Amino acid sequence: MVFLEFEKPLEVLYEQLEKLKEIGGDGEIDVTETIRNLENKIKNKRKEIYSNLTGWQKVQLSRHPERPYTLFYISQMCKKFIELHGDRCVRDDKAIVGGLASLDGQTVMIIGHQKGINTKMRQYRNFGMANPEGYRKALRLMKMAERFGIPVITLIDTPGAYPGLEAEERGQAEAIARNLFEMAQLRVPIICVIVGEGASGGAIGIGLGDRVYMLENTWYSVISPESCSSILWRSWDYKEQAAEALQLTADQMLGHGLIDGIIKEPVGGAHSYPEEMAKILKRHIKKALSEIMDMDPDVRIDVRIEKYAQMGAYNLAKEEPVKEKKKTEK
Amino acid sequence: MGWVKRLKDGIQTATRNKKEAPEGIWYKCERCRETSTTKELRENFYKCPKCNYHVRIGSHEYFDLLFDGNYDLLFEELRSTDVLQFTDLKPYPDRLKEAYKKNIVTDAITVAKGKVNRRSLLVAAMDFRFIGGSMGSVVGERIARAIEYGIANRIPLLIISRSGGARMMEAAYSLMQLPKTCGRLTQMARAKVPFFSLMTDPTTGGVTASFAMLGDINMAEPEALIGFAGPRVIKETIKRDLPEGFQTSEFLLEHGFVDTIVDRKDLRETLSDLLFLFEESKLAAIGKGEGSAEMEPAEEEFPGEEEG
Ligand SMILES: [Zn+2]
Repeated sequence: MVFLEFEKPLEVLYEQLEKLKEIGGDGEIDVTETIRNLENKIKNKRKEIYSNLTGWQKVQLSRHPERPYTLFYISQMCKKFIELHGDRCVRDDKAIVGGLASLDGQTVMIIGHQKGINTKMRQYRNFGMANPEGYRKALRLMKMAERFGIPVITLIDTPGAYPGLEAEERGQAEAIARNLFEMAQLRVPIICVIVGEGASGGAIGIGLGDRVYMLENTWYSVISPESCSSILWRSWDYKEQAAEALQLTADQMLGHGLIDGIIKEPVGGAHSYPEEMAKILKRHIKKALSEIMDMDPDVRIDVRIEKYAQMGAYNLAKEEPVKEKKKTEK
Repeated sequence: MGWVKRLKDGIQTATRNKKEAPEGIWYKCERCRETSTTKELRENFYKCPKCNYHVRIGSHEYFDLLFDGNYDLLFEELRSTDVLQFTDLKPYPDRLKEAYKKNIVTDAITVAKGKVNRRSLLVAAMDFRFIGGSMGSVVGERIARAIEYGIANRIPLLIISRSGGARMMEAAYSLMQLPKTCGRLTQMARAKVPFFSLMTDPTTGGVTASFAMLGDINMAEPEALIGFAGPRVIKETIKRDLPEGFQTSEFLLEHGFVDTIVDRKDLRETLSDLLFLFEESKLAAIGKGEGSAEMEPAEEEFPGEEEG
């Protein structure tokens, strides 16, 4: 088990539990009662820790090395998954995966960022940072889904779109912009879930949908707290403050009306109970799909576009400024 | 002949609005370090007379360069607000106050409606002097409304981008301006009202990753920095120097992401031609057996254009 800094009190208790179990294994002393007490203590401590998480702690949880990723969720939620590779132009991007699958009998196109599960795989997956061909593969799959009336599900978990030389050459910005343009008017339902990190353009590049949810311990914003700290505070040391200032947690995002809902994680986080998390996620996706599957596609697209059109906060100036700009006479 | 007239008109237009020109009598070029007078600079479409460097100009300079005469400002009443009570080294309201104090523009984009060679055009021009041309809610809302206005009145839209990207002080609100503007653009596309994008120095981040790249025609000013990630971030990521000319307009043209690079002196002419070519009556002309219309140059159709 990997314990984050704020989980240290739990680590101590777990160590005690291990020792007790060893002692109990010897069979000389009955420790069942003590073990039960300790397990209760762990449960309560966990609840205590997890009910008071700061923004930065949620950022850390969203990056927990044992957190489940897209392919795990697909394997748990779906049957008959067939992964589809490549953008048909350049190559297959390993940081975004996707394919057809059956969600309790309903065919879906499921697409998501994929981070690696160990050091070697993290390299292979480019840490979940997609290149343009990843976004273009995603779009290819979505357009195919549209042709066959198959709903689209995207799982988002990225520290950002890859800021590389080739990414720029092949039009990272254009790829994301094109996805936004096409997803806005895709004729099939789109459900998006932030399952880990929701970093800016890299996230929204597959994140425009009829329903957008965040798992409880994730973050979603225009920039990571670290980068925000380095730019606005001119130092990497203010990531905690930046995380608070950005209001990037699921609660805050819902409070601002920028997402449609929060999906609760088991106490202790998705990484502690991945199978259970997958069950909860599946339940939410199915419910969301049932709400929008039968809508008229034109209406669904209008509602989708108007939802985003409402997102923005501004004042109206009290004094109407001069409306017409006059050019001076020749 | 028409070309000369328009060029002359452009010069006169440029001299009309003096308050936003680079201050003082002398202009020292940021690139070639040569000195010229601000009058020479203005008369040269705000390009260095020595090396053709396109000076970073603001929204109103573009309006003066483009429009025939008077123009109307739209959606000026929309003002930024500190929705997140965001404070870094400085509270966001202080940054806004400083930006307003410059008294140049009311946010990082200004929308105007006017005529270019007698054809209507909406121009939404960004201004780098307002918090680095960053995109917050007001930028997104003004663009969204400009698109709606363009659809309702069937007037083509030109967006002139000049932006460092997102307005971090509006965090996710800023991010949501990407799907917001792109969603509206799909409606403009469906309504078959043309959208022209002009990318100028610099165009990066969320602006590039949304409307700036989605023009029916993507244009760029010469030698502008255009990209998704900033050069510093890329350099830190790949840990080597970036090649010469990386992320310039010319680089994007070469890699297929802009249709054409337009020198600022030709901007008005180019827009005029585009408006002519995209005019609905002309698009329908062949179908109606009136195919000769598109052969006539605009200036012959509209004698007396130089009146402005
Ligand atoms: Zn120069």
